[in-house]
Amino acid sequence: MQTFDLAKEGLRALNASLHALKGQTNMTEWDIINPRGAHAIAAGVDAPVDITVRGSTGYYCAGMNKQATIRIKGSAGPGVAENMMSGTVIIDGDASQYAGATGNGGLLVIKGNASSRCGISMKGIDIVVHGNIGHMSCFMAQSGNLVVLGNAGEALGDSLYEARLFVRGSVKSLGADCIEKEMRPEHLALLADLLKRGEADHKAKPEEFKRYGSARKLYNFNIDNAAAY
Amino acid sequence: MCGIVGLFLKDRHLEPHLGAMLTDMLITMTDRGPDSAGIAIYSGAGEGRAKITVQSSDPGREFANLDADLKDAIGTPVLMLIKDTHAVLEVPLGQLEAARSALAHLRPAVKVMSAGESIEIFKEVGLPKDVAARFGVSKMGGTHGIGHTRMATESAVTTMGAHPFSTGADQCLVHNGSLSNHNGVRRELKRLGMTFETENDTEVGAAFISHKLQTGDTLGHALEATLTDLDGFFTFVVGTRNGFGVVRDPIACKPAVMAETDQYVAFGSEYRALVNLPGIETARVWEPEPATVYFWER
Repeated sequence: MQTFDLAKEGLRALNASLHALKGQTNMTEWDIINPRGAHAIAAGVDAPVDITVRGSTGYYCAGMNKQATIRIKGSAGPGVAENMMSGTVIIDGDASQYAGATGNGGLLVIKGNASSRCGISMKGIDIVVHGNIGHMSCFMAQSGNLVVLGNAGEALGDSLYEARLFVRGSVKSLGADCIEKEMRPEHLALLADLLKRGEADHKAKPEEFKRYGSARKLYNFNIDNAAAY
Repeated sequence: MCGIVGLFLKDRHLEPHLGAMLTDMLITMTDRGPDSAGIAIYSGAGEGRAKITVQSSDPGREFANLDADLKDAIGTPVLMLIKDTHAVLEVPLGQLEAARSALAHLRPAVKVMSAGESIEIFKEVGLPKDVAARFGVSKMGGTHGIGHTRMATESAVTTMGAHPFSTGADQCLVHNGSLSNHNGVRRELKRLGMTFETENDTEVGAAFISHKLQTGDTLGHALEATLTDLDGFFTFVVGTRNGFGVVRDPIACKPAVMAETDQYVAFGSEYRALVNLPGIETARVWEPEPATVYFWER
């Protein structure tokens, strides 16, 4: 176990140490203490290591993550796990705006609430939110899955491509070209797996969710749809 | 960007430390805006005195004998405390308007930063640590206060363009964002009798709220009205004689974090600004919702 005191040793030293971990390493467990809301904690990690951040983080924690499992024992600031490629990021508290934005892969779990623009432009990441999400979530989301145990804010899935959105609670409003869709057996199976991996299977059952997706009417410009743009 | 901090104390034991706590919070936000910094501190309400905080680019000349000249003009003693480019003039509460009129006549070049029963505003071009040190903010006590560090986008980097803006007695406002309909709103407010010192968008936001309060609206209603009448991006934090409010526009892209304990309500543009507050580990910490008004009054 490596313990890293961010207040003493600083962010650049932390991220340089984490970036130096390549391929197989003996230093597989990291404990980061005194994060104090600092920016870019454990951004750009590319190694199969376990990192625990003991407190709340600022902008872009775990950004661009590959392979690593990063746990935040607090809340996360804007852009947590932005553009994640693989691995897992688990936040015990809340996440600020654009959590998991443009994420290509991996799993982001938010045990509290996520604010606006959660999963904006996601491209393959799976996001499981135990609480609520804010407005404009999954705007232009291309692929991947979003699971929300609570409620969604305004304009969910506006200009959505092929991402699948599962919401258990209410949706304040759907964005342009986002519609409710039929929940088929393969979706229930997918949800069961996501809830399990998202540490939420004790809180919700797949049957309690509704599925939302793209109506696929905005893919190509059609003058009849001009009012929807 | 811009950085905002705010603190509304519930525990009277913390009041002597208000300036020190706010200064620490504001310095943490320095990298959100290096252009200018300012702080509004509220103290001494209900003591029957009024304070006028003035600023001059030539304080040696303008502040010389200002207390004596004002005393001659209004007929009561005036207490003057000079702090660098600012001076705080204390007069009996009933003499506030007389003192302001006399001041405009005696020292036309002096700018009024704030006036009221409890507010004092200190602001200048420069970094938060330097601005706070020039005015000795960390030694000031009070009941509540707001600080701002500016990254200018909308108008010039000057003392008068620094935040907080005060457009009414004991009122102030700081802003992160930019307003897009400020020229139109300013014209309308001028027609209604409001006066402006700058071309700055934030001053329009401050005057908009002051005008609502003047016409009898509550702080809560005045803040609600910003959501329908002001267009643009904003996280506003406002102070009044006995209150402290927060509102974010519906898009809410300008960051905001709040914390509340039995001892205080705190605001920061980022959580970093709050980490040294007592009991922050167990505080209720949350992100204020878009288009939602929050305010506390004592």
